[in-house]
Amino acid sequence: MNLWQNYVRPASIAEAVEALKSGPGLAVPLAGGTDLLLDLEQGRHSPVQTVVDLSTVPEMRLLERREAYLFIGAALPLNQVVRNPLTAAYARALVEACDLVGGPQVRNVATLGGNVAHALPAADGTIALLALEAEAEIAGPTGVRRQPFGSLFVGPGKSSLKHGEEVLVGFYVRAYEGMPVASCFKRIMRPQGVALPIINLAVWLERDGRSIKDIHVAVGPGSSTPFRARAAEAALCGTPFNSAAMEAGLTALLDEVRFRSSARRASADYRRFLVESLFQDTLTTAWERAK
Amino acid sequence: MKTVTMMINTQLSLTVNGRQYAIPAMPGETLAALLRRRLHLTGTKIACEESECGACTVLVDGEPVLSCMYPAERAEGKDVLTIEGLTAEFGRGLRKNKQAGQNGTKTDEVLHPLQEAFIEHGAVQCGFCIPGQIMTSYALLKRNPNPTQQDIRVALKDTLCRCAGYQTIENAILAAAESIQTGQPVKPPFIPDSIHAANVVGRSVRRPDAVEKVTGTAIYTDDLEFEGMLHAKVRRALVPHAFLKSLDISKAKALPGVVAVLTAKDIPAEHNHGLVVYDWPVMVDIGERVRYVGDALAIVAAETEAIAEQAVSLIEAEFDMQPVISNPVQARLEGVPQIHESGNQLKHIKVRKGDMEQGFAESEVVMEHTFHTPITDHAFLEPECSIAVPKPDGRMEVYVGSQIPYQDRTQVARVLGWPEERVRIVGQLMGGGFGGKEDIAGQIHAAMLANVTGRPVKLLFDRHESLMVHPKRHATQIRVKVGAKKDGRLVAVETELYGDTGAYASLGDKVMTRATTHSAGPYDIPHVRADCYAMYTDNPPAGAFRGFGVTQSAFAVESMMDMLAEKLGVEPVELRRMNALRVGSLTNTGQLLKESVGLTECIDKVEAEMQRLGVEKCGVNAGHIFEPHAVPGKPHLIHAWGFASAYKNTGLGGGAADISGADLELYDNGMLEVRSSAAELGQGLVTVMRMAVAEEMCVPPEQVRVLVMDTDLTPDGGPTTASRQTYVTGNASRYAAKTLRNAITAAMAEKYDVKPEQIRFENGCVHANGHSMDLGEAAREMKAMGQQPRALYEYEAPKTQALGTGGDMHFAFSFAAQAAEVEVNTLTGEVRVLRIVAANDVGTAVNPLGLQGQVEGGVMMGLGNCLTEEFIVENGYVVTDHLARYRIPGIMLTPEITSIIVEHPTSEGPYGAKGVGEVVSIPTTPAITNAIYHAVGVRFDRLPVDQEVIARALWERKQAGS
Repeated sequence: MNLWQNYVRPASIAEAVEALKSGPGLAVPLAGGTDLLLDLEQGRHSPVQTVVDLSTVPEMRLLERREAYLFIGAALPLNQVVRNPLTAAYARALVEACDLVGGPQVRNVATLGGNVAHALPAADGTIALLALEAEAEIAGPTGVRRQPFGSLFVGPGKSSLKHGEEVLVGFYVRAYEGMPVASCFKRIMRPQGVALPIINLAVWLERDGRSIKDIHVAVGPGSSTPFRARAAEAALCGTPFNSAAMEAGLTALLDEVRFRSSARRASADYRRFLVESLFQDTLTTAWERAK
Repeated sequence: MKTVTMMINTQLSLTVNGRQYAIPAMPGETLAALLRRRLHLTGTKIACEESECGACTVLVDGEPVLSCMYPAERAEGKDVLTIEGLTAEFGRGLRKNKQAGQNGTKTDEVLHPLQEAFIEHGAVQCGFCIPGQIMTSYALLKRNPNPTQQDIRVALKDTLCRCAGYQTIENAILAAAESIQTGQPVKPPFIPDSIHAANVVGRSVRRPDAVEKVTGTAIYTDDLEFEGMLHAKVRRALVPHAFLKSLDISKAKALPGVVAVLTAKDIPAEHNHGLVVYDWPVMVDIGERVRYVGDALAIVAAETEAIAEQAVSLIEAEFDMQPVISNPVQARLEGVPQIHESGNQLKHIKVRKGDMEQGFAESEVVMEHTFHTPITDHAFLEPECSIAVPKPDGRMEVYVGSQIPYQDRTQVARVLGWPEERVRIVGQLMGGGFGGKEDIAGQIHAAMLANVTGRPVKLLFDRHESLMVHPKRHATQIRVKVGAKKDGRLVAVETELYGDTGAYASLGDKVMTRATTHSAGPYDIPHVRADCYAMYTDNPPAGAFRGFGVTQSAFAVESMMDMLAEKLGVEPVELRRMNALRVGSLTNTGQLLKESVGLTECIDKVEAEMQRLGVEKCGVNAGHIFEPHAVPGKPHLIHAWGFASAYKNTGLGGGAADISGADLELYDNGMLEVRSSAAELGQGLVTVMRMAVAEEMCVPPEQVRVLVMDTDLTPDGGPTTASRQTYVTGNASRYAAKTLRNAITAAMAEKYDVKPEQIRFENGCVHANGHSMDLGEAAREMKAMGQQPRALYEYEAPKTQALGTGGDMHFAFSFAAQAAEVEVNTLTGEVRVLRIVAANDVGTAVNPLGLQGQVEGGVMMGLGNCLTEEFIVENGYVVTDHLARYRIPGIMLTPEITSIIVEHPTSEGPYGAKGVGEVVSIPTTPAITNAIYHAVGVRFDRLPVDQEVIARALWERKQAGS
C-alpha cells in the first residue's frame, strides 16, 4: 500500500495544472506534504495515484516585492517566510504565525499554501493572512486569477479551490511604505496532545496619531470558516486607542464570534475567557508597533 | 509544453554524505526508507513516522527535515547529510577520540565536537534520539555558531528525548559550540564525585556504547537485515470486548507475496503468555473472547512490509460484541460481565498495621479525599521490533530489545512446545523501555512465523500499534483518609485503591502491590490500612512503568499531606520532616529500617536549596517560601513553590528470590569481558558493570567490555525492573571480579611461591614477589597452569518476606524529596515549571554522570505525567493512538533542574548503592500540583493538570468576588 504511485515534478505552474488534470488516476498537489502525507499514511485521505510536487515550481517558491505588494509563493517553506526581511517589514503577523507552526524541521518543508488549502478555521498562517487582507492567486485550466483571501473559504475544511484542477500559486500582501501600519499574531496552546491552537488571533491596524484609523481582526476558530471580526473592527475604527475603545471592541467581538466547544481542546466558555486577554494583548502590541 | 510523463522520473539522483547515487525511484518511498532500507544508513531512526519526534532528522541542502515524511523523490538533485556523514564531514583529522567502543575495537574515531560533547556530558542514554538531536544541533550551529539557551530550545523544540536529558543536551551543545569557536577540546561538565568514591566507582565514567550511539553505527533491532527475511504484521481485533464469531484468512493467503497466515489454530503448544499469570492469548481463536482492541487474531508473513500490511487488511473477522468494562470501579460492580474465568478481580491487596479505630479515635484532625490518575504510556522512542531467525540445527534465534531476555525465552519456547534451550534470545540495544518492554510484544509471533516458513521474520510495530498494544501505567482511583494530631504527627492513614490492569494481568498484581504498600507515603505511621483492588477491564493491559504504582499513590498521599498541612497550619516541609521514615522506623508493612534511610537529609537539602533560590533568585521573603508572588510588571504571572517527598523499594521484594548472574572472562590481551543477561535500556547498567569490574581488577574502565542480553552467552540477570540492576547485577559483576581476582592471586601465589597477601593488583598489573605482569600475561600464565581465567558468580540479594507476613519486605529503599517552582498565568490558566530541585538518596552514586541523566530524565517523565500525558481510552477504543495525540514533554518544557545526591549507603549494595531509576521520577508530579495550589489555590486531584480547570476556577472566583 504505497502512499502514491507516481511522483510528478512539474517545472512550471502550467505543468502543475496539467499534471493535476491528467493524473494518471487521482492526482493531488503536494506542497510541503507535512499534512497530506500524514493523512495518507493514517488513512484520513483517500488513496491517491499521483502526487504533483509543487516545490519544484520556481514561481511558487518566490518571495518578492511586486509593486505595492509582497508576493509570497504558496510552496515556499514557512521558515523562509519567517526569515525573509520583506515579511519582517510588511507582514509581521504572518512571520509570527508561521514561526509557530510545527517544529523547525516541519517548517523547513511545510508551506503557507498547504496551511491555507486545508481551510481550517484556526490555521495560524490563515488567520494572519486574513488579518493582513491578503489576496490569493490561483491557477487553473483557464489561467491565473486573484481573489480576496477570505473568499477562499466556503465551509469547515472546504475551500473554493476546484479539487483536482486548481492550485494556490501564492499570496499578495500590501506593503505599506512609510505608514503607521503594523500587525501582530498571537495564540494560546495547551501542552497535551492537541496539535491545533486553542485560540489564535491576528490584528492589523493603521494609526492616526492617538486613534485607530483602520483595523482588521481575525480570530480562530471563531466560526466554521476563518473569521474576520467585522463588528469589533467597526467598533474600533476611527476611535482613540484607550481602554474604553478596547472594551467596546471586545464586547463587539464577543457578541459576533461563534466559539464552539471542541473535545479535549477547549470549551466555548474557555475560549471566551481567553479571547479577552488575547485580544487586548495582540491589539496593544500591534498598536505599539505602528508608531 | 512538455508532456506530463516527461516529468515523472524513474531514476533518482541524489548525493548522500558526499557520495552520488543514481537509483530507481520507488513509488511511495520516503527519504527515511530510502536511507535505511536501500542505502543501509540505519543511523537515521524512525520512532513515530508522523513528524512528531525528530528522530529521523537529516539535512537536505543544509536544512534539517524529517526524513520519515519527506518523499525520497523530493531529494532529487539535492545534498543529503545523515549522522553517518557527520564524522566524515567534520573529519579532516581535527581531533581523535580515545574512547573504546563497546566491542573494544574502535579507537581513534574522529568525532565532531557535538558528538564528543554529547558523550562527555552524558547526553547519550538509550541513544535512539541522538542522531536526530545531533543533526538538528549541527544545523543550528551552522546557522548560529554561538547559540543561546533559548536558540537551542527553539531549534530542538520538536526533537524528543524520552530519556529526557534535555538540560544535559543543552549543555552539550553549548560546550560543542564553544569548542568549535575556540578550537579547544570540549569542556567537561561539572559533576561532583561520590562522597564514597573509590578508584573507579563513584567517579563519572562514559558509557561503553556512547561512540556508536553518536556516530549512528549503533545497531537496534530494526537496523538488522537477514538474508531472505520476511516481514510480519498482526491482524488486531480492533474491538474491545467480543467473542470472535468467524475469521476468514483466505483472501490474505491468496495475495501474491504472502508466505504464511497463521491463526490460533496454528499455535503449536501453550496458547497463552504472560509474565506472572498466563492469561494473554497468543491469538484469539474462534469462539473465544476478545478482551481489548490489541488482541491478535491472525499473523501474516510476506515478502514485503507493504504486502503484509495489505494482507492484514484482507482478513475478515466477525464478532459477537459484548458490553465494555472501561474502568476498575465498574469492573467490581455486581452483575457486570466477567472478563476472565477467574472473574474481574486480579487481586485484592491488603496492608494492615496497628488499629484503625484506635488510630482515628486518637486523631485530632481527620481528612479524606479521592484522587484519580489516568493511563499513561512509556512512549519509548524505539517501537517494538522482533526478528526470529530459524537456524539449520533446528534452533530459533530471536533478536529483540527486551527487558527480560530469559523470560522471553521461556515464553517463546512454551508456545512453540520446545525445550527452552532450543530458543536463543539475542538482545539488542534498546531505544528506551521504562517498564514497557517487559511483556511479550512480537517475539512469539515472529518465532511462529519463522518456524513455519523456515525464513527469518521481522515484526516491527509502528507507533500506532505500539501505543495500542503494549501494557501501560495503571489508571487509578485512590481514596486517602488521614488522621493526625494538631501538631502534624500522623496517627492513622487509610487508603483504598482501584487499579485498572486492563485486559491482562501482566505485572498488575506486583505493580498495584507496590502502589498499595507505598500509599501512605514515606512516613512513620502507627496505624495503617490499605486495600487495593487490581481489576481487569477491556482497556489495553497495564503493567510495569517507571515508578511501578508508586507514581500514582505518591500523587495522592503527597497532595493529601499538603492539604493536611494547610488545615493544621503546619509548614508543609516541616510536616513531612516530622513524620519522615528514619533509621529505626517501622514501615507500613512492618519492616524495621535498620540503615540507609536518607529521607530527612533529602528533605533538609531540598528545603535549603529551595530557600536559597527562592530568596536569591525568585524574590521570595525568607520564611514565606510557599507564598505566591507576582512577576514584577506582569501581575498575571504568579510564581510559587511546592514540595513532595517519596520512597521506592529497590528490587523485587515480597519474598521473591532476587538473583543475577555475571560471567567474567580475562583474555590473553588483558581485556576483560563481563556478561549478564541484565538488560540495558539506556539507563546505564553497562557502565556500572564495567566500573565494578574495573574497580576490583584495578584496571581502567575501558579495559572492560560488557556483553548483555544473550541467553546463550550471558547468565540470567533476571528482569530489568524495580530499580534492581545496579544492585543485583552490579553486585554479581563485583563478586565475579572478586572471584577472578582471587583465582589469579592464588595462581600467581603458587607460581611465584609467595603468600597470597603478597600479590598486589595495581594499575592494570599484577605484582608478585618482584615480578610485574599485565593482566594478559597473568591470563596466559593461568592457562599454562591449566586454569581458566574466568569466573561465574550468581548473586542473590538478601531474602525478603511476602506482604502480610511481617519482616523485611524489601532489602533496600531509596528516598527522595523534590521542590518545584511554577508559574501560573491567571489570564489563561497556563502552567510552566520553572525549577525543580531534586534530592535522591541513592546509597552511593556509582557513576555520577549516569546518575545525572537518570535524575533529569526522571524529573521530565514526572513532569510529563503531571502536565502533558494522558492515554485516553473511550469505551475500550484508544483515542491517543498516535504520538501527536499523546504528547511527551520536549525541551521547551524543561525547567532548570538542580540535582542533589544524598548518599546513605546500604551495606549489602554494591559499594553501598541502591536503586535510582524510579525514585527520581516519583515526587515530581505532586511537587508541581502542590506548587500550583500555592500559586492560585486550585487543587488538582486528577491528572494531568488541565489549564482550563485553572482558568475556570479563577474566572468563577472573579465572578463571585465582583
